Amino acid sequence: MLRLAGVSKVYPGPDGGARALDAVDLTVWPGEFLGVLGPSGAGKSTLVNMIAGIDRLTEGTVWVAGTAVHTLGEDERSRWRGRTIGVVYQSFELLPTLSLLDNVMLPMDLCGLFHPRRSPERARELLTMVGLEEHVSKPPTQISGGQQQRVAIARALANDPPLLVADEPTGNLDSVTAEGILDLFVSLASAGKTIILVTHDESLTARFTRDIRLMDGQILSNDSAKGGEAGAT
Amino acid sequence: MTTNGGADTNGALIELRALVKTYHSAAGAFPALRGVDLDFGAGEFVSVVGRSGSGKSTLLNMLTGIDRPTSGTVRIAGTDIHHLREGEMARWRGRNMGIVFQFYQLLPTLSLVENVMLPMDLCDTYPREEREERALGLLDMVGLRAYAHKMPGAVSGGQQQSAALARALANDPPIIVADEPTGNLDSHAADAVVALLEGAADRGKTVVMVTHDPRLAHRASRTVSLADGLVVDASERPPQPADRRGAHGA
Repeated sequence: MLRLAGVSKVYPGPDGGARALDAVDLTVWPGEFLGVLGPSGAGKSTLVNMIAGIDRLTEGTVWVAGTAVHTLGEDERSRWRGRTIGVVYQSFELLPTLSLLDNVMLPMDLCGLFHPRRSPERARELLTMVGLEEHVSKPPTQISGGQQQRVAIARALANDPPLLVADEPTGNLDSVTAEGILDLFVSLASAGKTIILVTHDESLTARFTRDIRLMDGQILSNDSAKGGEAGAT
Repeated sequence: MTTNGGADTNGALIELRALVKTYHSAAGAFPALRGVDLDFGAGEFVSVVGRSGSGKSTLLNMLTGIDRPTSGTVRIAGTDIHHLREGEMARWRGRNMGIVFQFYQLLPTLSLVENVMLPMDLCDTYPREEREERALGLLDMVGLRAYAHKMPGAVSGGQQQSAALARALANDPPIIVADEPTGNLDSHAADAVVALLEGAADRGKTVVMVTHDPRLAHRASRTVSLADGLVVDASERPPQPADRRGAHGA
């Protein structure tokens, strides 16, 4: 599904800049639920930005679902990202002026993968799947943080991308609400999505099919898959 | 004409009448707004000030239709917006109001120019083939033409807020509402963002800006002060901040 080879990211600055990622090699197989752990400043968010093509790498190659992300131009990357990756953020990043339904329809409207007449129906189905069918017309400010994150996950699924990337998705939530969000990711992985979840919370490791640790921009450990199927191609 | 919250209808663009908002929680009822009357004229740049908890954000949520009042009316350009259903409200808001938030609320997976095009895509306000050109023009106006294809995470907070203002202007709405637009910025970036809001007002937009920074509030043509859910001062000329003079001088 995803292969990073020799990926480095250097942010310009004095003394040669800051090396946020240092020659990272990583392969993720379809259907894996990969946890990326590490303290703040380890390079976790930079890794997410490299995978999702949100920022440009300094060295190396990133292949996602058969596409060489590092070779795409800006407009190509945007189109590619919209169809291939759903991104979930710590602070939800819903548009406050749109209803939940409109927030979830947004990626469909932008990418044109679904017929415009089909998108409200699909958005409603996705919101039902995450348990929010009663709230579809509300703006994000009128629901809880955990509910907002469920909407963000529904939005990430809008174009039915094969890969979900989540950057500290439970960082703003209490532990009970966080459990519910993790349950949702586990069920999506079981349904065939590949999921990469970045967190500093060690208590989540039991939920992943595999976890890796980042420190100072390098991968420390690369545990073998817990599930037997993950290594098969 | 718009000196205070007189209850007569005088042709103001925005009229708030007897606006009450009460929140209910386990701790009991909390009156966030307790009967607010206010008028905002076309082309005015009004700052709304008050302590945390005074009702500023609630007032803005009533004005934008993001939340509904317990009682009272919000009439904007002749439309009683709280009589609109949710879907109508979203369409109305998209065409009539640009909103700027403290934390920018740009979509992190879209470039700046794509973020600015979004309201035009959502409201279908300009022909598809003109939208990118218009978005680039707006980014040029806020000094970000060279950054148009960068992602929000790759530019500074001040630049993100400038892009958010360009997005707010995308559908050329008559009203710009800004909720603590400088609350996350250093004073230099804050000055630049307020200058852009002043420019919008100069071009005829009605600008309503909530802020807790008295220095910036005084850049507006009028200041409305809220305390405990009531308007305590809606003066034409804001009082001089004698006690704060020099605080930002260095």
